[in-house]
Amino acid sequence: MTSALPEPAALAAAVGGRDRLALAKALNLLDDRRPAARQCAAAFLDALPTEKLDSSGHLIGITGPPGAGKSSLTAALIQVWRRRGLKVAILAVDPSSPITGGALLGDRLRMHASGADREVFIRSLACRGEFGGLSAEVWPMSLAMLAAFDIVLVETVGVGQKEIDVSKMTDTTCFVAQPASGDSIQFLKAGIMEIPHVIVVNKEDIGMAARKTLSELRNTLRRQMDPEGWQVPALSASAALGSGIEQLADALDSHREWLLARGQFTARRQRCQAEWLVKHLREEFGRYGINRLGGESALFAALEEVPRRSPIAEYEALRARVIQEIKAGG
Amino acid sequence: MTTPIKRDKPWLMRTYSGHSSAKASNELYRTNLSKGQTGLSVAFDLPTQTGYDADHPLARGEVGKVGVPICNIGDMEALFDQIPLGQMNTSMTINATAAWLLALYVATAERQGAKPAQLQGTTQNDILKEYLSRGTYIFPPAPSVRLTTDIIAYTVKNIPKWNPTNICSYHLQEAGATPTQELAYALSTAIAVMDAVRDSGQIGADGFEQVVGRISFFVNAGIRFIEETCKMRAFGEMWDKLTQERYGAQSEEMRRFRYGVQVNSLGLTEAQPENNVQRIVLEMLGVSLSKKARARAIQLPAWNEALGLPRPWDQQWALRMQQVLVLETDLLEYGDIFDGSPVIAAKVKSLMDGATAEMARVQEQGGMVQAIESGYVKRQLVTSHTERMRAIERGDLKIVGLNCFKETEESPLTGGKDSGIMKVDPRAEREQIERLNAFRAQRNGAEVKAALANLAETARSGANIMPASILCAHAGVTTGEWSQTLRDIFGEYRAPTGIDIPANDDSRGVRAVAIRTQVDKTGEELGRPLRLLIGKPGLDGHSNGAEQIAVKGRDVGFEIVYEGIRLTPEQIAKAALEEGVHLIGLSVLSGSHVEMVEDVFDQLGKVGLKGLPVVIGGIIPESDAKLLKDRGIAAVYTPKDIDMNGIMVDILNLIRKANDLKPVAVV
Repeated sequence: MTSALPEPAALAAAVGGRDRLALAKALNLLDDRRPAARQCAAAFLDALPTEKLDSSGHLIGITGPPGAGKSSLTAALIQVWRRRGLKVAILAVDPSSPITGGALLGDRLRMHASGADREVFIRSLACRGEFGGLSAEVWPMSLAMLAAFDIVLVETVGVGQKEIDVSKMTDTTCFVAQPASGDSIQFLKAGIMEIPHVIVVNKEDIGMAARKTLSELRNTLRRQMDPEGWQVPALSASAALGSGIEQLADALDSHREWLLARGQFTARRQRCQAEWLVKHLREEFGRYGINRLGGESALFAALEEVPRRSPIAEYEALRARVIQEIKAGG
Repeated sequence: MTTPIKRDKPWLMRTYSGHSSAKASNELYRTNLSKGQTGLSVAFDLPTQTGYDADHPLARGEVGKVGVPICNIGDMEALFDQIPLGQMNTSMTINATAAWLLALYVATAERQGAKPAQLQGTTQNDILKEYLSRGTYIFPPAPSVRLTTDIIAYTVKNIPKWNPTNICSYHLQEAGATPTQELAYALSTAIAVMDAVRDSGQIGADGFEQVVGRISFFVNAGIRFIEETCKMRAFGEMWDKLTQERYGAQSEEMRRFRYGVQVNSLGLTEAQPENNVQRIVLEMLGVSLSKKARARAIQLPAWNEALGLPRPWDQQWALRMQQVLVLETDLLEYGDIFDGSPVIAAKVKSLMDGATAEMARVQEQGGMVQAIESGYVKRQLVTSHTERMRAIERGDLKIVGLNCFKETEESPLTGGKDSGIMKVDPRAEREQIERLNAFRAQRNGAEVKAALANLAETARSGANIMPASILCAHAGVTTGEWSQTLRDIFGEYRAPTGIDIPANDDSRGVRAVAIRTQVDKTGEELGRPLRLLIGKPGLDGHSNGAEQIAVKGRDVGFEIVYEGIRLTPEQIAKAALEEGVHLIGLSVLSGSHVEMVEDVFDQLGKVGLKGLPVVIGGIIPESDAKLLKDRGIAAVYTPKDIDMNGIMVDILNLIRKANDLKPVAVV
């Protein structure tokens, strides 16, 4: 178990061949902050099979307030997907302690349904207080997982209006609403929360409160539309009873089909990477840095035009440009 | 000589025992009865408690270890061979599978020619505390409470002298509960159970007083025996009030707080274990001195519990302690010696006030079941236990031989060939599987199938589970089959771990900060934050140790992956791989550490993680510790290792060593 760096092309080939140990090593590598490891990681991402990253698989985000039951819904979804013969990878993001920096990664426990199934792979990630509740490693790790699994699901804990941040880095985002809690509905109405692609009210087994939340959500959604024209479904389910889970899986898949049918699938993945790059730059250099590259709109336009390459290599290139601009006194 | 003094009738004296096989345990029981023991207390092994047959993969290494394996009625008949159940008083520590073991007991008694109405004894049957401590639950809370309710309703009608449930505060104290918490959570559990019985409609309003009268408790007694005496008096008063006000019980007799005791194991030490003898005796005083609050049955642990499983001689010693107190002292000659003491009255009141307030908090959350499901109660217990551990570590809480007066002469008690503990015959598991197979071969398959179909139908319909279970027992159904049928219908559950508690003051202490700095630094050297997997393989549900290490690990900056209890070695290896951890910490308290470690290494090799450092904590005798290290375990921790910061530094350096880094010193 020494920390010698792997050979990037061989590792990428093994990950593409669904080798679990290789995927584990790849995720460790993508988490590794040493400069040599960053280079190796960039080369690894470049060597991943492009078609898998551009046009296949399904990258799903699941988010919602603490206690809404995201993990138990995820566990229930895993079972449905496995019955459909799909291989599932999960990235579970947990908050870390602001005091000690340590973290308890408890999502595996709540998702225990996966047992010893080798076609389910769960990696927990501490968000380490950065990247607005997400973790900077989420996007590169999602790509590595997409190279080996049919479905990659990113679970994040959401707080307030920030809770939907994950939607910018996934094909499809599912928001889990807490019955009898009006917060999310207020955020949606006020337009300060990005609209997810699928909304599900969990815990329908508790009855009245869940039905009321669902009908409020439906009323709100009738007046709001996804800017791209997708009609957002609001469903109810119960992870405890296992009800509504098939329908939820269907709704998530419908969004993928919709993106494919409109030829937007690859563009969306490209956009996700652009979002990640810009967010990352903003974290490191602030708006000042983004402005050095011509401002956000121009940056997005540029990023969506050029063919995609390894996000780490791309980031390093952008970073070098910002530093150069700053040095040049721009 | 004067006329004989009138003495109170002594309590039931038991020894919690059972091991290896039904036959071996039967011999032990008959020996114990001949030594003056007046009741039986059956310890079942973990597969029996969690509903697996001896040949189930999860049962490997656990068969016959912490109790007797009972797979079917053949085993039950062997267990009580030549012990007439019509005259015996038998306590069975059984919870998730209580309905099944009671069914086997009833069926065995019937085959002996006894009638159910003659039977006397106790099924522990308190599932709620299993979610908080001990961990032998199977099903989610709702169906589990329903099974508890069914047993109560059935026995009140058919086995009127049976104690269908023993609401346990015992295990709460073992999990760290303060006396106030013990009172509050045990009584809140009783409310949840009695409300469920009332709401099930199985017992009419006129019969409900009978139910109140059959509820009994299983309590712990720690070393602070004055406070424990007060706790028992508080229990009595609160129970009297609760049963009268909430359930309208009129008869004083029915409202009496009846309880059995096993005194505290948490405070028994591995260091200078002979001191445990005086601890056990003093703890017994807390539940016997006050006549008003005296136990109905007492079982004492053996002096060497923290070392391993007790031998017959150790158990005999524990029984003799009770006999000396009852027969040689004048304890039973007086009325209550505390009545009228203002000191005692004040302490009782303060315990009752605290417990009443905490019970109100539980009720505000919807009751005990909800407060368990949300993780609230478990977090309270983990917090209390963490405080206790830190107090011992700091030396504020003195434990002789452990954190003070540590110097000792060599003990003649632990020097023998067996190191002073009992070793279960390694052939026990294989022989049990052979017996199980032989049993399966001779039974009527069609009859078994029909009995199981009837059980499933009953489980779905909501009718009382007992009659269908007794039919299964007679038909030759196995423990695994009965449980699996219900698993398929009720589902399985994983309880909250309670480790998500806020960091406490110690995590800001100088030493913790110094360790954290080194943990961060090593993380930077290795490129990413250090991760530990805490794993509990096997069926053992005693999770205190694992929880404390997880919380401490987080507080010194590790990222902790902890999946709770009852994992297979395969799942542990899978998690280690997927999570990219730097080290695995295993926790095993059931005595099956050797088998578990072999299996974990085997599985780690299969997934390509050979060489990943693995440490283990648990009740591990020294000879086994050496064996485990020979097999590749990097470090072994036992209850005498109380310096949690020291363990963290140790773990850090094991990670550094595995990654070719020099060790660091943290002062």
